[in-house]
Parts: sequence; C-alpha cells; structure tokens
Amino acid sequence: MNNTVIDAHNISKVYNPETIPVYAINNVHLHLEKGEFTALVGPSGSGKTTLLNLIGGLDKPDNGNIFINGIDITRLSANELINFRLHNIGFVFQSFNLIPVLTARENVEFIMLLQRIKKRNRENRITQLFKQIGLEDRINSRPAYLSGGQQQRVAVARALASKPQFVLADEPTANLDSKSASNLLDIMDKLNKEEGMTFIFSTHDPRVIERARRVITLVDGRISSDTAVVETSIPHHINS
Amino acid sequence: MWLFRFAWKNMWRNRQRTAITMAAIFFAVILSVAASSLKEGIFDNLVKNVVSFYTGYIQIHKKGYWDEQVLDNSFSPDKELEQKILQQKNIVSLAPRLESFALVSSGNITKGSMVVGIDPKGEDRITSLRSKLISGNYIENNDHAVLLSQGLAERLKLKARDTIILIGQGYHGTTAAGKYSIKGIVKFGSPELNDRSLFMPLPLAQDMYGAGDNITSFVLSLHHPSELEATSSLIRSAIGNEYEVMTWGEISPDIKQHIETDSKNMRVVHWILYLLISFGILGTLLMMMVERKFEMGMLVAVGMKKIKLAALLTIESIFTVLCGCILGIILSIPLVFYLNVHPLRIGGETAKAYERFGFEAVFPASTAAFNFIYQGIIVLIIGLVLSLYPMYKAFRLNPVKAMKK
Repeated sequence: MNNTVIDAHNISKVYNPETIPVYAINNVHLHLEKGEFTALVGPSGSGKTTLLNLIGGLDKPDNGNIFINGIDITRLSANELINFRLHNIGFVFQSFNLIPVLTARENVEFIMLLQRIKKRNRENRITQLFKQIGLEDRINSRPAYLSGGQQQRVAVARALASKPQFVLADEPTANLDSKSASNLLDIMDKLNKEEGMTFIFSTHDPRVIERARRVITLVDGRISSDTAVVETSIPHHINS
Repeated sequence: MWLFRFAWKNMWRNRQRTAITMAAIFFAVILSVAASSLKEGIFDNLVKNVVSFYTGYIQIHKKGYWDEQVLDNSFSPDKELEQKILQQKNIVSLAPRLESFALVSSGNITKGSMVVGIDPKGEDRITSLRSKLISGNYIENNDHAVLLSQGLAERLKLKARDTIILIGQGYHGTTAAGKYSIKGIVKFGSPELNDRSLFMPLPLAQDMYGAGDNITSFVLSLHHPSELEATSSLIRSAIGNEYEVMTWGEISPDIKQHIETDSKNMRVVHWILYLLISFGILGTLLMMMVERKFEMGMLVAVGMKKIKLAALLTIESIFTVLCGCILGIILSIPLVFYLNVHPLRIGGETAKAYERFGFEAVFPASTAAFNFIYQGIIVLIIGLVLSLYPMYKAFRLNPVKAMKK
C-alpha cells in the first residue's frame, strides 16, 4: 500500500528571476509519508515558509512537481487549488488567525460549511474535535475571550475539521508560552499517534524540534539535513 | 444562508467604522430625500399654483385668442363641443370663462381690473375658488353680485356687501357698465391675481359685456396631470383647427422654464450629494480592505473560493448601505412631513422673484412615496457599484502576498 502523502521532485522557487535571482527554494526533493510528525527548521530566510506555501498549494514552484496523494498540484488551476486545499490540507498559522467575529465552534464549523457537510455530521465532528483539544467548555467563546494557547488549539481543530491528508503548521508555538506550547504539542502528538494525522511544522522552537520524529533542516533554500528521530530519542540520519 | 449570517457578524466587527459609514449614508439619504421632496414639493406647488390660481391644466380658446386677447375673439360654446372635450378619459371637469378688462370704481377711487365671468360651481371644481373666500359668501350663478380679490378690495377701500361700479369696453365695441354688490372677498397667494381680480357669474358678465352666450375659454382639470401632453393632443384632434388647445406650460412659459432651470440646478446639488456619499462609502471600504487583508488571505488559503469571498464582501457592503438607507428613509419621513405641514418660507430677493412670477415664496415638501423610494434606491445602487471594488480585490487576491506581514 502506498503511504506517500507528499512527493516533491526537484522544486525551485526563484524571486526576481530577470534581475537578481534569489532562490528561495533550490532544487528540493521531499518525500513525506502518512503519519509523519515532521519539523522544517532552519534560520530565517532559509525557505521554510516558502516550502510550506509550495507544498500547501498556496504558491507554485518555478520548477519541479509536487504530488499530493498522487495528484500533481502544480498543474491545478487557481480555483482547483483552492478546492484541493479545502479538502486535503489543514493550516495552522503562527498568529492563530481565527475569525474574530465567530465563536470557537463557528470557526471550526466554517471549514465544514465550505465543504457543504450536512448539519448532523458537522455537529458530530465539532463535538469530537473540541473533546480532542479539551475545550468543550469554551466552545461558544469568541477568540478575544480565549488565551493564545486556547486559540491555537481551536486553530488546530479548524485545520482538522476538513479531515485533511496532512496539517501544515507555520511556527505554531511562536506566540505561545511554554505551558500552552506544551499543551498544544501534546494534542498534536496525540492526534498523530492515535489517528495517524500527518503534521509538518516550520519552526525555530526547540520544544517542537524535540518532539518531532523527523527534522528537515533548510539552509539557503536547500535541504542541508533530514534526520529521523527514533522513539528512543536517538537521532537517525536519513540523508544530508 | 450562513454566508449572510457571517456577513452580518462581519459588519459589526468594527462597530465604530460601521457606525460612521452608516451615519454617512444615513445623513446623505436624509439630505437627499429632503432635497428631492423639497424640489418636487416646490415644483408641484408652482404647477398647482399656476393651475389652481388661474390657468387650469388646459385651456381651449377660439383660434387666435391667445395672440389677441379681446372679446371679439370669443366663441359660442355648443353642447357638441363640450361633449367632444369631456369624452377624453383624463378630463375631470370643464369650466367656461369670459375674461376681459374693466375699470372698477368706488367713490373717487378707480382701479383697473381683470374681470372673469365664471360658472361658480364649475370654477370651484377646478380652481377651488370657494376655498379662497376670506369674507362674505361665494357667488351663485344667478347672483347680481361679484367676488373681489383682497388686494383690489383694499385698494378700493371696500369690503363685502359694499357696491362697485364697473365700466369697460364690451363685445364689438359696445360700452360695458354696471353696478354690483360685493358678495365676498377672495384671497390669492399670487400677488398679481390678488391685486386685480374680480369674479362675477358668467351670465352677468355676458350681459354686462353684451357678449350673448359667448365665452373666451374653457378651463379643464385632469385626473392625471402627468398625461398632460397626451391629453392636449387628443383634445386637439377631437375638436379640430377652429380652436386652440393650450397647456399651462404654453400659457405660462416663463414659469415652465423657471421650473426646468431650477430642476437642473437641483440635479447638480443631488449629484454633489451622491458624490459625497460615494466617497464616504469608498473610504470605509478601503479601510476595511486594508484591515482585513491578512484574514482574507487566510480565508482563501484554507479553502474559501474567491467568488464566495467576493459575495461575502458584497453582502457586507449591501447590509451596511441598506441599514443606512432604511434608517435614513425612516427618519426622513417625519422630517419631510414636518416640512410639508410647516413649509419653508423665504424672504428677501428670492421671495420677490417668486412674487414677480405671481406666487407666494412658500416651499412645502412633497410627501410622495416616490421620493423616498427613489433616493433610497439610488444610494443603494451607489453602494452596490462601490462594492465592486472589494469584489475586484477579492478576485485578484493572492493568499501568500495577503498573509505576508
């Protein structure tokens, strides 16, 4: 059985190609399988966010192909990409980005409304998700009345609402205190282990890197190392 | 449906901004409705003045009478002619008149006067002459008495039940003279009419001027004044070339021109108002677009189709404009009704200019529902047109660029 979720071949993203070309991503190959818990690390400007944007279908590479579940997303039109993202990719942003006028429940339900999921199924999914993130008692609160950690947990629930193939999280703990970050990571870790949800983070945060089971380091738009971490916490080098 | 709920919630995300936009629309609608109602009211009033003071909506004379207004150009009306006129559906009623000039004398004071022989009941139906009575009684068809306008009565120092002597030139050069009692005093808003009018029953006028059963005009009132031109054409073709059919605009071209000129000026004022409304709404839309750029990028990133985002932004704009419009219309209703009951009265040179046309400088607002609906719809259309901008931005949105901090 093919467990490949993301298969990126030889992808490059160049800014200012006609003046002074800047390679944000330079000839990257990436292969991720279902159930991975992967951290993309590297210094600022190394291309982490650009790579997340490319594999998230938010941006298109100048070279190469990205296959998600066997579909080459570089060949999809803008509208097809939006639809693809809606059904296949969950996003968690650094600054939570919940819709301030909606309650926690409505923020999660929003994605399912876009997917035209029936009310009964939505209700069941919402109940399940809020149980998983441990915020049943804050389900009807607006983001302004939630702490940063709680908001980010709702953002995770929103990302999972569409039952995506994988979740892309751009520095999810950057705006959280230690306790909140730890709680969030526990939840994501649990979802990964119990439900096999694939997570890919871009991060600088050692707490996240510590919990990741694969760490990909980017430097100047290239993968400088790709390390698998075995359960015993002894790093296992895949390639470099 | 959820998109509408979401848009409604979004509308209130920045209450102050929404309140400012709504206030801009609200005041613009009030101003716009008030200006439009005043404009319509003023012009309706002018037309009503013209029609009810003297001209009626349509007059029928013997051909050539308007160029040479003498009794020799009068005509003898027959039943067939009356029937042909009354057959037109838009005609409410018809009243005959015999108009001429005479000197009015009392004691050693003599003044020139316009003498109008009328069918008292028919005239009242068209010009509401009875309602202008301020003292004495209204004349009957068989009375040997006259109605005097207030200004003329004051100049002659007369009151109801006093007596006057009339002298003038009658039909075919005969001498017209008579002594009559004043049955009542009528007051006109038009100073021109108020200072020189005298009304007497038609048979009495025909007798005094030796005009037999002749009249100088038929004055007509209409069911639907808006169909004035069509009705006059129908009458013209029904009664033939022997008669001239004139609308109030042809009888008083200076007033018609004044209305048209003022109407154009008011249109400019309205366009300025619409421009101000447009800038108010556009300013808020621009602020909203900048403020929510990141969020819009996020919505598209997580899978919201751009067409849905555009629809959301458009619904928000419509809600805001609609709320401002409805509030504006609701509050403009009592204002307009107040201005209708307590019309604006102006003085100075403008008032004198109006008086030169023969009207009181009184401006009641029109309470026609059309003004409220029309202005509301125009502001709504402005809002809809301006909401094309956020729509355009939504379609052009690049989520990566929008989410770049």
